[in-house]
Amino acid sequence: MRLHPDFLRGRAMSLKYDNDSGFHAKLIADVLSQYPGKAAKRRSKHLSVATSEKDAGEDPNTISECEVKSNIKSVPGVMTIRGCAYAGSKGVVWGPIKDMVHISHGPVGCGQYSWSQRRNYYVGLTGIDTFVTMQFTSDFQEKDIVFGGDKKLEKVIDEIAELFPLSNGISLQSECPIGLIGDDIEAVARKKAKEHTTTVVPVRCEGFRGVSQSLGHHIANDAIRDWVFDKKDLKFEPGPYDVNVIGDYNIGGDAWASRILLEEIGLRVVGNWSGDATLAEVERAPRATLNLIHCYRSMNYISRHMEEKYAIPWMEYNFFGPFQIEASLRNIAKHFGPEIEDRTETVIAKYRPFVSAVVDKYWPRLSGKRVMLYIGGLRPRHVITAYEDLGMEIVGTGYEFGHGDDYQRTGHYVKEGTLIYDDVTSYELEKFIEGIRPDLVGSGVKEKYPVQKMGIPFRQMHSWDYSGPYHGYDGFAIFARDMDMAINNPVWGLYDAPWQNDRALAAVAG
Amino acid sequence: MPQSAEKTLDHAPLFCEPEYRQMLAEKKLNFECPHPDQVVSDQREFTKTWEYREQNLARQALVVNPAKACQPLGAVFAAAGFERTMSFVHGSQGCVAYYRSHLSRHFKEPSSVVSSSMTEDAAVFGGLKNMVDGLANTYKLYNPKMIAVSTTCMAEVIGDDLHGFIENAKSEGSVPRDFDVPFAHTPAFVGSHVDGYDSMVKGVLENFWKGTARNEATATINIIPGFDGFCVGNNRELKRLLDLMQVTYMFIQDASDQFDTPSDGKFRMYDGGTKINDVKAALNAEWTLSLQYYNTRKTLDYCRDVGQAATSFHYPLGVEATDELLMVISEISSREIPEAIRLERGRLIDAMADSQAWLYGKKYAIYGDPDFVYAMARFIMETGGEPTHCLATNGTSAWEDEMKELLASSPFGKNAQVWPGKDLWALRSLLFTEPVDLLIGNSYGKYLERDTGTPLVRLMFPIFDRHHHHRFPLMGYQGGLRLLTAILDKIFDNLDRETMHAGVTDYSYDLTR
Repeated sequence: MRLHPDFLRGRAMSLKYDNDSGFHAKLIADVLSQYPGKAAKRRSKHLSVATSEKDAGEDPNTISECEVKSNIKSVPGVMTIRGCAYAGSKGVVWGPIKDMVHISHGPVGCGQYSWSQRRNYYVGLTGIDTFVTMQFTSDFQEKDIVFGGDKKLEKVIDEIAELFPLSNGISLQSECPIGLIGDDIEAVARKKAKEHTTTVVPVRCEGFRGVSQSLGHHIANDAIRDWVFDKKDLKFEPGPYDVNVIGDYNIGGDAWASRILLEEIGLRVVGNWSGDATLAEVERAPRATLNLIHCYRSMNYISRHMEEKYAIPWMEYNFFGPFQIEASLRNIAKHFGPEIEDRTETVIAKYRPFVSAVVDKYWPRLSGKRVMLYIGGLRPRHVITAYEDLGMEIVGTGYEFGHGDDYQRTGHYVKEGTLIYDDVTSYELEKFIEGIRPDLVGSGVKEKYPVQKMGIPFRQMHSWDYSGPYHGYDGFAIFARDMDMAINNPVWGLYDAPWQNDRALAAVAG
Repeated sequence: MPQSAEKTLDHAPLFCEPEYRQMLAEKKLNFECPHPDQVVSDQREFTKTWEYREQNLARQALVVNPAKACQPLGAVFAAAGFERTMSFVHGSQGCVAYYRSHLSRHFKEPSSVVSSSMTEDAAVFGGLKNMVDGLANTYKLYNPKMIAVSTTCMAEVIGDDLHGFIENAKSEGSVPRDFDVPFAHTPAFVGSHVDGYDSMVKGVLENFWKGTARNEATATINIIPGFDGFCVGNNRELKRLLDLMQVTYMFIQDASDQFDTPSDGKFRMYDGGTKINDVKAALNAEWTLSLQYYNTRKTLDYCRDVGQAATSFHYPLGVEATDELLMVISEISSREIPEAIRLERGRLIDAMADSQAWLYGKKYAIYGDPDFVYAMARFIMETGGEPTHCLATNGTSAWEDEMKELLASSPFGKNAQVWPGKDLWALRSLLFTEPVDLLIGNSYGKYLERDTGTPLVRLMFPIFDRHHHHRFPLMGYQGGLRLLTAILDKIFDNLDRETMHAGVTDYSYDLTR
């Protein structure tokens, strides 16, 4: 059995291991050789092997350099795993706000396929005062395309007001046709907001905008800035320890497992964006003293805006796995001074025996196991140390819709030699997995079944594979258990029919 | 703290722990600005009333919880039923991520589809370049025998011409000149996934049949299954029956292997499906049978145009619909229905007779695709049940007429109501005002089960929250047994749950039922 991570003995250092740079470079060359010339050239810029920290310049937190081209158009016809701006806005940022009705404005499909799929947990009476796991659509027909959909949209909003009177606002999530046919949803929003004295937010998140979900996040953030902030007189008494949690979508209850910790160290979470959030939590955000950002990618924009306009500082944190939880809690506490810092140390000390128990249980079963990740948002880097807390090693990681600043931050996490792949195609991912044969792959539902067919354990790392939460201490125990049950499942040993194996045949023959 | 390493609580039990209960109660009180509890509970009660039902049914624009998807999903499913065929959807790429996820969540299987990844510039200039590059990349990387092109609504709104684009791509060498690239325009703002299925199958047939001389082969039959989440079980069961009858048949579009590949260490991007050569030969068939009329209206017209005889069914299942299917096949193939099948039929009837007392007079709400709802209503009436609400969001007025005719044919249908074009929020009202004993539909129905207490039997695509049901057939007499058992299990489980309160209701908690 290998030693526990050093942090448990009070020395904050992460796990040491090496990845095979030469082999990974060859894998990249091999997949590129299969593309037509033009596509090979485009894809080559998205694939790399992390080099040593010496190449990374001045950043003191950096342990490697893993720069690739990112946030540019996907190559047609290669099976990108990416989604669209609508997915980034309705699916990620707006959809979880529970007391609003989010209209998928356009044809039926977008809302149908994204209905209840992100597991944004919330408490409320669905259909009465909360609406997250419902599919509201204007269900465009041909005549709406030909004659425009604004009149229909007005009627949709009127009918929502009548049938769902306790909804506290409406967002209009534009699907592709809206921007193409020249509808003026902003005018509709203004008119209907006035008529019904409610908040109506038009969001121009048509799926063809941008190159991935990412622009949808940005557009959604801007819509909050332009259509929610500073619109109402808020009755709210701010306090000295008020924080907003930004970019925690409460998948499988993540935000709750985080909130319980933040409250325990003495902070007051006055808004959670946007999992289990109400519109009121969004409206009052500018009154907080600090913005805590979990998913930097999807909500850094509004945090920067709040910094500029309301002078609210922001900081990133990471609640995956005890190593990062401790570091993040201390970092957050530092902002509030000695009283909170003392409480934080008490909280950390309280959870240490629990962390030891989890690590003791799973380390022998998981240490040395090699993991490949391909996810979105913050997770391709943030979960790395949670795996390392269990002795596991990351051999490859990449982002569906990351930008340069994500890859720069990834250098704070990955070891030299780690395979880096941006907007990976299914072809590349399959070849990389085949070549590396990792012990676990963490990615999405589209990747799950091909990988499992290959006999390689898999966990969905968008939806937590219908498990969770994974944030906070409570979540770490679940995370560890889930990785163990995936990797050490007996099913992987049953793939080969014994009659294809000479030794098994001989044993039967006696 | 509630969590421990020994007994790890995940979300369901974890958030029931007192620490979390209290935290969430305080969050609500201090930060959510909720409506007063009384207002919320009043509104909840109001949604159960006739008054709310009337407002709800009078909606003209808003659609809430529809039971339909968009055309390209059907096209992608259709393409998955042909040999080594890659689906290529021309338009925005996010749509493709959605289709793939949707199919994978139901089948628990890979779903491989590519997009031409059109973005803002393509919206302005058209997507020709995306088509040219995309086809070249797909051809090279994924080694398909055929690439089946359909469209997202973006490409439809800007009016991209698939035929012209594909010709251009061939001229530019994206794929060889003689490589098969059938296509279908599948606008999401027309019809639903069943129409996308229709267009894609027709596109494939046209690709191979157009301009080819037909030499009719007597007594040969094409079978088009339609969009079917149970294709894995159903297609295999039908083939077994047809083999027993020694009929000469060909499935046109068969995704049963594609969506049920084995786990043996190898990922098969393509598996099974109708062979290209068989699609070509299918032109010569005397008959084409569609198992789902509303999925194949254009395709069957085309089959008739080329000179085939064609007829259709409504997702035949249960006793009489299966009888009819087999008799039609027997008639046109001049093959007798063998004794073995008659015995299977008898076993289904035997099971129905054994259980009839538990089924007689039960009221049902059935929703889903038009052919499915028709089929289920018919089967329910065979069991002595009453289909009280029959709802298809993608049902037309023609479907409404057919349903009414079916329901009028049996005394068990006399109280039935048919709801074309309505959604599941409308059904919620109906279940409050005119309640039923059982709800038959798909996973989305679980919200109706929660709100109205009506037990849900999942028998249609998509089924996300139960595993492997689709691997078993619903069609044929064997499938009838499966249907019967699924419904009975729901009735018995429900009865047990209601009667298991010790010392209160457990006098009825009978060992034998």
